[in-house]
Amino acid sequence: MRDQACIVGIGETEYCRKPGSGMSTLALQLKAAAGAIEEAGLSAASIDGIMPFPNVGKAEELAANLGCENLRYAATIHMGGAAPVASLQAAAAAVVAGMANYVLIPGGWNGYSGPRVRQTVSSDTASIPGGTIARDYYLPFGMTAPPQWYSLMARRHMHEFGTRSEQLGAIAVAMRKHAQQNPRAVMHGRPMTLDDYMASPMLADPYRFFDCCLETDGGSAVVVTTAERARDLPHSPVYIMGGACGQPYPADEITNRRDIFRTGLTIAAPEAFAKAGVTPTDIDFAQIYDCFTFEVLQQLEEVGFCKRGEGGPFVEGGRIELGGELPVNTHGGLLSEAHSLGIGHITEAVRQLRGEAEGRQVANAEIGLVTGWGDFGDGSVAILRR
Amino acid sequence: MSDPSSDYAKPLPELDGHTEDFYTFCGLGELRFQRCDDCGAWRHVPRELCPECGSWSWQWARSSGRGSVFTWTVVTRALHPAFAESVPYAPTVIELEEGVRLLSEVVDCTPDALEIGMPVEVVFERATPEVALPKFRRVSA
Repeated sequence: MRDQACIVGIGETEYCRKPGSGMSTLALQLKAAAGAIEEAGLSAASIDGIMPFPNVGKAEELAANLGCENLRYAATIHMGGAAPVASLQAAAAAVVAGMANYVLIPGGWNGYSGPRVRQTVSSDTASIPGGTIARDYYLPFGMTAPPQWYSLMARRHMHEFGTRSEQLGAIAVAMRKHAQQNPRAVMHGRPMTLDDYMASPMLADPYRFFDCCLETDGGSAVVVTTAERARDLPHSPVYIMGGACGQPYPADEITNRRDIFRTGLTIAAPEAFAKAGVTPTDIDFAQIYDCFTFEVLQQLEEVGFCKRGEGGPFVEGGRIELGGELPVNTHGGLLSEAHSLGIGHITEAVRQLRGEAEGRQVANAEIGLVTGWGDFGDGSVAILRR
Repeated sequence: MSDPSSDYAKPLPELDGHTEDFYTFCGLGELRFQRCDDCGAWRHVPRELCPECGSWSWQWARSSGRGSVFTWTVVTRALHPAFAESVPYAPTVIELEEGVRLLSEVVDCTPDALEIGMPVEVVFERATPEVALPKFRRVSA
């Protein structure tokens, strides 16, 4: 299936915090989706596949508002933040198999101005991220939210491999540096040093405030079709060379894994590289789902950019910054651009591969890698080329 | 065990099915996990069948209650109001001698004194007349 499907359109709303988007979650998704459809040179009536983000969008509602009157493929990959990148693979399979011609992958939310997890869980414990296992076996002990879950892994990594806070800080600083080259980034114009990072308060030790992604309002979307159909469309297609997704085991419980660093990406990455016919050394830049800093480090290891345990030294010395050996999250990521449910990682990869990334363009970018991370460590990866 | 506290204000598990059994045993002062009758594998959280061998036959087997600290986080900003007064506290993963791991807390130890590998044993913190939470205290190695 290599190179048989491609991304032909991207759309994004503005990203903001105060005073909030002033739009509904649905309207944000629609605005981003309409932008992606228009950018692709398509009409809404030609979109016959929609893959909404889990628990955020409904295909029926999106289609009815947009005017997608020929919808025939609607599916959601239930992998939390790993869903959009996992959807790229599913959308590619759908268009290649003829189940749909043009698939829309939209997302958007009021992550800043809408209800926060810490509010919803206190009024309804059943709404806790992680579901009934989290409610019955974590919440009574005060573990309520993702930064706490993942910091359990981060501490264990520090113990086994000597990973240091300064190395997590190098990730936060790199993302912030990239955001200075991205006018859409919420943290544009607000640089940050390693000293700033180290001085930020602990929230879920070893996670400090600046280890955690932004909470923002906004939406983004992409459109996928076949390479053949892409020839008639206005933009240079970005080809999906290979994609894969995977789950840790067990996926519904985070403490009882024999190997706690074996996440979904551990399974998915070798499959994606095999499908794409490339290796990590062929990748010009990487868009790594950065809900928290350590997840970037861990995913760099599990993708195979470095060996497990070597992620700490790997991220130091500017290697993951623009101009470095492997620029990571050239838009600033969830940490410094915005949290658009991981779709922003895809739209930025498309810009890089089209050569439209302006001041943050990676020179001669030919192949990029995008990951998603969700729930208790579900993983997805797509390898894209121009 | 301390007296039942009727004003226990923190969230409690939903008592249903195997989860009710697990916490009811804790209320009796017994830490029990599912153990497969066929292959002997212990498991937590409760499952319907043995993921190791596929057997549906199992029993609530009593744990020694002894284990060690596997990892932890220190919550300094509570993300649930019921824990606001408790910060800083450390949700801690305990690895029991039987091999299963359990998210809990070490009650006689400040977060900055925790160490990976620290030996601990179970104690029960009474929440309601029926339910107690399994927590841990330090033991000398």
